[in-house]
Amino acid sequence: MTDSSAVSIRSVSKGFGRGAAAVRVLEDVSVEIGQREFFTLLGPSGCGKTTLLRLIAGFETADQGKIIIEGQDVTQAPPFRRPVNTVFQNYALFPHLTVEQNVGFALVEQQMPADKIRARVGESLEMVRMQSFARRRPAELSGGQQQRVALARALAPRPKVLLLDEPLSALDLKLRKEMQIELKLLQAEAGITFLFVTHDQEEALTLSDRVAVMQGGRILQMGAPRDIYETPTHRFVADFIGDINLIEAEALPGNAIRLAGGAQIVVPHQAQGKVTLAIRPERARIVAPDAGHLQARVVHTAYLGTALVHKLALSDGATFLLRQSDLDGTQPPIGSTVGLSLPADSLRVLLQ
Amino acid sequence: MTGNPTLRRLGLLTPALMTIAVLIGVPLMLLFWISLLQKGGSSGVDWGAAPSLGNYIRLVWEEDFDGTMILNTSYLVILLRSILQAAVTTGLSLLFGLPVALWMAGLSRGQRDMMLLLITIPFWTNLLVRNYAWLIILRDDGWLSQAINFVSPGGPIQLLYNDLAVAIGLTYSFLPFMILPLYTVFEKFDWRLLEAAHDLGATRSRALRRVLIPIAMPGIAAGSLLVFIPCLGAFVTPALLGGGKTLMLGNIIQMQFGASRNWPFGAALAVVLLGLMLFVMVCMAIWRNRRVK
Repeated sequence: MTDSSAVSIRSVSKGFGRGAAAVRVLEDVSVEIGQREFFTLLGPSGCGKTTLLRLIAGFETADQGKIIIEGQDVTQAPPFRRPVNTVFQNYALFPHLTVEQNVGFALVEQQMPADKIRARVGESLEMVRMQSFARRRPAELSGGQQQRVALARALAPRPKVLLLDEPLSALDLKLRKEMQIELKLLQAEAGITFLFVTHDQEEALTLSDRVAVMQGGRILQMGAPRDIYETPTHRFVADFIGDINLIEAEALPGNAIRLAGGAQIVVPHQAQGKVTLAIRPERARIVAPDAGHLQARVVHTAYLGTALVHKLALSDGATFLLRQSDLDGTQPPIGSTVGLSLPADSLRVLLQ
Repeated sequence: MTGNPTLRRLGLLTPALMTIAVLIGVPLMLLFWISLLQKGGSSGVDWGAAPSLGNYIRLVWEEDFDGTMILNTSYLVILLRSILQAAVTTGLSLLFGLPVALWMAGLSRGQRDMMLLLITIPFWTNLLVRNYAWLIILRDDGWLSQAINFVSPGGPIQLLYNDLAVAIGLTYSFLPFMILPLYTVFEKFDWRLLEAAHDLGATRSRALRRVLIPIAMPGIAAGSLLVFIPCLGAFVTPALLGGGKTLMLGNIIQMQFGASRNWPFGAALAVVLLGLMLFVMVCMAIWRNRRVK
């Protein structure tokens, strides 16, 4: 795996500040990112995802650990000697240069002959459909257009790895959705590794081949979007990605779990004592009041067009969300008591 | 408060217009008028003389005994050395001011305010006092001469009363005018642009040349103008530190209005200086417009 990795992060730690004000931003992080992979670092602000990206770009230096890009140890290399390029959060386009000068910036540094630069700049601008804006300055472009130019600029020198630091966060929702699709197509076309940083879980799930969920300077869980969504291992991951219901329960010997109402479910686990169960709103089902694992009262029902979302109150007062995609099915009246069936294969026992 | 709005606007503008007319328009016209007159009695001006361009001609040509005009380069040389001296001072100010402004922009809020205060403090001190201070530092038994002599004993080095001393004095006096506009540019500078340049393969010096300096150009231009133009007319520093040997345009003008009692010729010199400054500023404006386009 190591030899074929595009980026290999080995036990990297990083802190800022000294003495009492010192903050550990990354704690012993290790990741292997494969060739042509769309890899996403996902987490709330302050989780260390941007710092990890900056370490790979070379804007920060790791306190400990190694960073290897395409088999080359770049841990101590300055940013201008690394085969990676960055798309910055606010684009960081050079305001005094035209679009084509921006895109050609790295090529001039590589001392490429002028005619080749012109050809490559044209190619790159074509990739993001910005050819007709070549002579404009960044200030004359809209946010989405600047975004495209930033992409073209970072792709023009044909980096081994493209680093994207929340590149879509400054765009409005509609444009963001469009750019997501374009990014995905662009990656396929360019055939290079994308390392994407975002706090938007939906964006992460849509775009990525693999996602690493970060919190407090550590990677909690890493895997394909489907695994992360369906099989969260940590309470934080479950809570951060999508809607989820968390149920306090008690682990019994022999893979059994006892719920608050006394009902027992068999779910494989190694836990003891109090545990948290997680189930997605679309996995639970409404049944007759005495047939389910839990009883709940219907508080509110929202019609979303593609589904109904019931807001239920459990006997201990906790809220339970249930998504019913069968719009023509029976709909429990508000205030009524219903039973909740929790399929054992949809339940996850979480680490705290 | 009713009536013609145009009239009212004119009425409200009157104080400003009067101030400009009385304090700027009239003196400038007076200066130009005097430059066309002749030297006269004790007042320095013969107000009754017929206006002529004689004083301007005197700048370049001299009337010989037999009436033929011969070229007199002495004023042209002084003009040229003034321009050169101002240019050197501007260059030195840029050399010292740029790193200081860059460094200041990277400080914390409080430290920046402190530095701004420290940089403006010399303004509050009398120019003469500051120049006398340099006199003490630069003279043969001053500590700088002594220190240089101690490091490389080759006899005392003459630091005072030459072009170098004037350049040092002028740079010291005008450095804040360079630092402040540069600082305002750097304060607004987006440092991520340097990261972007590094990311795209530019080394430190390349990023400086291709990103920082071009973006700082308006500040560099403004600072250079603010140093260059007052330098052209400086007379205290050349008089004190130049020891009267290295004259600049400002000294000649002062001499005409003072010892020589030749106001018209002094006024002509002042008009030439004014024209020179105007020329520099117009060039700068044209260059800036072209850059924006």
